[in-house]
Amino acid sequence: MDCSYLDNSATTPVYPEVADLMKTVMVEAFGNPSSLHGKGREAERLLNQARERVARVLGTNSRDIIFTSGGTEASNLAIKGAARAYRKRGSHLVTTRIEHPATLRAVEELEAEGFVVTYLGVDGEGMVAPADLEAAITDETILVSTMYVNHEVGAIQPLGEFSRILKSRGRRPFWHVDGVQAFAKLEVEPYKLGIDLFSLSAHKIHGPKGAGALFVREGVRLKPLLVGGGQEAGIRSGTENMPGISGLGLAAEICWEKSREGMNHLADLKQFMIERVLEDIPDAQVNGPGDKRAAPYITNFRFKGIKGEVLVHALEEHGIYVSTGSACSSRQHQASYVLEAMGVPDREAEGAIRVSFSTLTGREDVERIVAALPGEIKELRKFSRVR
Amino acid sequence: MFDIVLVRYGEIGLRGNNRRNFEDKLMANMERALSDIPNHRIYRTPGRVYVDAGGDANPVLERLARVFGIVSFSPAVRVEPEMDAIKDAAEYVLRDSIANRARLAVEPGAKSTFKVESRRADKRFPLPSPEISREVGAHLLDRIGGDVDVHRPDTTVNVEVRDEAAFVYARVVSGPGGLPVGTSGKALLLLSGGIDSPVAGWMGLKRGIELAGVHFHSPPFTSERSRDKVEDICRVLCRYAAGKIRLHHVYFTGIQKAIKLDCPEEIRVTLMRRMMFRLAEQLAKRIGALALITGESVGQVASQTLASMLVINRVTAYPVLRPLSGMDKTEITRIAEQIGTYEMSIRPYEDCCTLFLPRHPKTRPHLDQVESAEEALDIPALMTEALDRTEIVDIRG
Repeated sequence: MDCSYLDNSATTPVYPEVADLMKTVMVEAFGNPSSLHGKGREAERLLNQARERVARVLGTNSRDIIFTSGGTEASNLAIKGAARAYRKRGSHLVTTRIEHPATLRAVEELEAEGFVVTYLGVDGEGMVAPADLEAAITDETILVSTMYVNHEVGAIQPLGEFSRILKSRGRRPFWHVDGVQAFAKLEVEPYKLGIDLFSLSAHKIHGPKGAGALFVREGVRLKPLLVGGGQEAGIRSGTENMPGISGLGLAAEICWEKSREGMNHLADLKQFMIERVLEDIPDAQVNGPGDKRAAPYITNFRFKGIKGEVLVHALEEHGIYVSTGSACSSRQHQASYVLEAMGVPDREAEGAIRVSFSTLTGREDVERIVAALPGEIKELRKFSRVR
Repeated sequence: MFDIVLVRYGEIGLRGNNRRNFEDKLMANMERALSDIPNHRIYRTPGRVYVDAGGDANPVLERLARVFGIVSFSPAVRVEPEMDAIKDAAEYVLRDSIANRARLAVEPGAKSTFKVESRRADKRFPLPSPEISREVGAHLLDRIGGDVDVHRPDTTVNVEVRDEAAFVYARVVSGPGGLPVGTSGKALLLLSGGIDSPVAGWMGLKRGIELAGVHFHSPPFTSERSRDKVEDICRVLCRYAAGKIRLHHVYFTGIQKAIKLDCPEEIRVTLMRRMMFRLAEQLAKRIGALALITGESVGQVASQTLASMLVINRVTAYPVLRPLSGMDKTEITRIAEQIGTYEMSIRPYEDCCTLFLPRHPKTRPHLDQVESAEEALDIPALMTEALDRTEIVDIRG
């Protein structure tokens, strides 16, 4: 059966061009960039090319890109690396309740090491209030970690306003932005906004799993998580994952180009889907901002009296793949912490599904889900406990 | 040195006429259990089965420990049937045993005692059994030392002289006992994915029963992953099953829905279980199974009270074997851990959908109430749908 894959915030299929390049890197240009000979130089050139590609999409200098094993490592490196390097300056951190677990767990680790953390709440749509950030920062604050696009509800955080607040401080904390759900899709200018650290991942943009990067603004010191041969300017030792890194570079380039052409189209599709769902299905709601303050490619719905998990399986029978919450939390039987932070009651949060598009999503995919949803929900509601 | 394994089987020795059949099955099951071990050879002489390990005996021991019908086995040294060779072998075996005891630190530093026991199956061998024991014993005292203790020795060195070879061994490892799988006919195991049913299946296998499985699934209320889980559990059971297990995934959604919509909440579980038994009986008929096996334990949950069992059991004339009926959860869990199904059973996918479970299930359902509730259901049509949409998977170890 042909299928509609609408779970692109969990992961994406690799672009064929990217897979081809990766294969070449594995079987032909297989050298170690550190080797002195020709094979090593060939690999080094590919490494530089990938670094330039990522930097170009971010609008930064290629020297500032550190390759990692993915978004989780990038965020861990940014947060633990900066906090540990600058702990003499202060021991206060600020983050938000709706961050990805990679950020939250890293910050918890620092709490255990004696750092004090302020967690900012969000409003009913998943937006952090800039005033809360302003109020939370003290002279002790050394790091602020916020996300760009929330992974569950798609809320785009007001980075511009955060930037203004941070820039207005005389003694400015470092700022890490988790850009995993935004990179190569939405515009971001780390230099202009004064972002010091920016995490990104390859497999969310049609690149391979196991590759990611951290933008580190020049002059920012990080205590490495991994030590060894001193690759990546000594910040991230380990022989470079050449197939993954090359794949990341090319995927970033292609995805960014397609996004610039196609983001308006995705926004239209999203608008169409939301209208149809709210019109055709009683007791349906959008979690997160239903307007332009949410990413055009992430939509989160909730349906009263439905278990998201059952709906996921029901849609699967139509060849439609969506998820409950984020993939990381959806295997644990508990309501989403993001929705909880937004004040959605537990019982209703159980009925949430996330529909996420990519540059490969077409109108027919959206048509298919809006056609399938009303009937399935009507049927499932017959068997729900809250009738 | 230990390149041969002597295998003993007990219970099947008791069964006069069928003995040959039992032995054949046991041999075939051993052959299957050892199929991935290169160069091994199984052969038998009256009353004994031998496995030539064709190399390291450890993988053979590991596999034989899972073949039902084996009472015990011993890794042995095989030599030419003549006294000098036997003495050398005995010395090797005793030294190995002493080293093992030291490693286990049974009694560190204590002096080791032994005795020698001999059997002369080949009466042409020049020495009678007591003479063999005496000579080998004297040799061991001379070479190793220690004391002879004929009543409670630390090590018993056994010497068996047969026409083709002599075998010397000290270790006797317990086998799983039971009967060779396939000697007791076939039964259909109801598998839920929980901890109990795989253990019940294993106990059926132990009594020589060949297994087929049935699993009831309710997509979209249950996930495909819970199907995978049941298949993984079957794969573990296959290690003991001497062959494949044919697993039936029965489509249960239609029945769940009908019961939920048309029947009183508090007896829903009773009605579900009755439908499962009806479907299982139909499948049993198709595949030639002679009984159903469930993982029920008396009183464990509402559907497993005697009163519930009485009402549920009504729908089938087949024997329903409940090997766990007298066991506690802790005992069942211990076996599940031993046989290797526990870890899979606790994977967190919902089996038969908590959505359909009543808040307060009846522990003492009444037959009349249940039967009149069933009048609201088109049972033949529901069963036809469930069976038509049944998928069959052959699980191999």
